[in-house]
Amino acid sequence: MELSKEKKLWMLERMLQIRRFEEQVYDCFLKNKIPGFAHLYIGEEAVAVGACANLREDDFITSTHRGHGHLLAKGADPDRAMAEIFGRRTGYCLGRGGTMHIADFSLGILGANGIVGGGLPISVGAGWSAKYRGTDQVTVCFFGDGASNQGAFHESVNLASVWNLPVIFVCENNQFGISVHQSRHQKIKDVAVRAKAYDIPGVIVDGMDVLAVYEACREAVERARQGGGPTIVECKTYRFMGHHVGDPGTVYRDKEEVEAWKEKCPIKCFADKLIAEGVMTAAEFEALDKRVTEQMLAAVKFAEESPWPEPEEAMEGLYV
Amino acid sequence: MREVTYGEAVREALAEEMRRDKMVALIGEDVGPYGGNFGILKGLWEEFGEERVRDTPISEVAIVGAGLGAALTGMRPVVEIMFCDFMGVAGDQLLNQVAKIRYMFGGQVEVPLTIRTTLGGGRSSAAQHSQSLHAIICHVPGIKVVVPGTHEDAKGLLKAAIRDNNPVMVFEHKMMYNKKGFIPEGEYVTPLGQAAVRREGKDLTIVAISSMVYESMALAEELSAKEGIEIEVVDPRTLVPLDEETIINSVRKTGRLVVADEGHETCGFAAEIIRRVVKVGGAFDYLDAPIEVVGTRDVPLPFSPPLENYVIPSKARIEEAVRKVLGY
Ligand SMILES: Cc1ncc(C[n+]2csc(CCOP(=O)(O)OP(=O)(O)O)c2C)c(N)n1
Repeated sequence: MELSKEKKLWMLERMLQIRRFEEQVYDCFLKNKIPGFAHLYIGEEAVAVGACANLREDDFITSTHRGHGHLLAKGADPDRAMAEIFGRRTGYCLGRGGTMHIADFSLGILGANGIVGGGLPISVGAGWSAKYRGTDQVTVCFFGDGASNQGAFHESVNLASVWNLPVIFVCENNQFGISVHQSRHQKIKDVAVRAKAYDIPGVIVDGMDVLAVYEACREAVERARQGGGPTIVECKTYRFMGHHVGDPGTVYRDKEEVEAWKEKCPIKCFADKLIAEGVMTAAEFEALDKRVTEQMLAAVKFAEESPWPEPEEAMEGLYV
Repeated sequence: MREVTYGEAVREALAEEMRRDKMVALIGEDVGPYGGNFGILKGLWEEFGEERVRDTPISEVAIVGAGLGAALTGMRPVVEIMFCDFMGVAGDQLLNQVAKIRYMFGGQVEVPLTIRTTLGGGRSSAAQHSQSLHAIICHVPGIKVVVPGTHEDAKGLLKAAIRDNNPVMVFEHKMMYNKKGFIPEGEYVTPLGQAAVRREGKDLTIVAISSMVYESMALAEELSAKEGIEIEVVDPRTLVPLDEETIINSVRKTGRLVVADEGHETCGFAAEIIRRVVKVGGAFDYLDAPIEVVGTRDVPLPFSPPLENYVIPSKARIEEAVRKVLGY
């Protein structure tokens, strides 16, 4: 199916938003403006965007510790996301959550998660609920190759399978759980083969190619919406940065490997393609980039100028 | 004495025990070439090799369970749960397996398993990476619980834990890993179940757990120098078994008690200390003032620094409690 020009440009813009957002987070973190730690999504943008490009506003996602990209792809407001990462009262979670715990329930973003594998069972609940309530909403569950070794992964996929739930399990296989390479944490090379154990479709795509991710997820989303049950979509990808800001990411991977993957930058490749196809001009791309960069600088400004929460506010809102 | 970081003290304990006993092996997430999430294990993988310092998949159930199975069959494993918050993932293995096996099977086996983990807030790690959940393990009989509050103990108690033939869970304070402090020269083992009086005093007892020892000592020195108030600081060092005698004797002497523990105040270990002092120690007869508790306030740990600092206990809050009890 040929995609509209608008859709392609939307994908490019969203990926660029994520990249520029994360670069600001990195920068601000190094300048000590951001508390805690931050796991950046740089390099993996095509996965979140390709998957979310298939979703409606009332569809759901569950996210991970590396969640900024998922949020923005699903339409979260960069200002409020950045303010949360800065710990400000204007953030999505009033400063209580921070980088690993951002949610926007009005957009179906059921939350990032500090627990590896923590989102998998929740996605199954969202899928069950959609089916139970008789809607055609679907849920995309993002998780890493590392998370696929948690018991929660197996329990969740099994339950989604046997109850035939509208959940798309999107594995972001960036080959590492912190420092541990996939070959040292599981014998399989493709997480998608685990679909077989639960008798559901499992597909493998180039996670650096936003259109490939989009296509694979489109089929899975359509199937789920029509009552066809869950799918595992495994996206082969790579994080360009360390595990979190502060980890140079060099102890366990060599420079050549990182550089080779950077050559496959999902944004650059897609932009080049669109320019070559005449969908946009190089000048238009530059203008877009400039606009997005300014948007993210504005998000930082918004965050920086936002007030800190008052200490006593910590005690508010535990119960309804 | 020698100056080391708390993290180095932990590493020394592991290295010494691994040299001493070939059955001691270490498993956990990123414990290998990466040197552990907090970087404190660097050098162990190089010295002992892949078989004895082994990265695991991200599978807390399997990590704890594998440690248990190995302990039941001749090994003396040390397993790591990166943050105690992740204990929940391994909940069944800890609460229903590790804690139960020896007793439930009529004492047939010994379970020489050590589980190391980290507790504590203070670095904006938010709700799932900042908790101090030691009391949960204390609640379930069958696992010894160790909370080293000094550098000396970080090494000595860990060595004792590894040599112990029971399951022992060691909660290290993540904010202390990079702090410098002193440990004795040469080899030493600190026995489990003996509290330490860190500082003698006649006016008030602070029972301080984990990093609260550090805060309480600083406060005690300050109040002594400035106002001549003499505080006795008691560090239980192990919560299970608990040396209640040392605690009770101290409170009997001073007649005033503040308990400082980073666990949540509701159902926290501070509440248990008070129960012991009142019930076992008969404190009704000798307390001169109501007891105060300083702990983490009863909300999930928030991310933003002003919120987090308000919620976790601090020297200032210990001081507030001390003044309240002294002023009664
Ligand atoms: C239950 C649990 N165990 C361990 C951790 C520590 N941890 C945080 S991220 C991470 C690696 C996750 O790897 P993967 O799922 O592949 O995601 P990636 O970081 O590669 O995006 C680990 C071990 C955690 N947060 N939660």
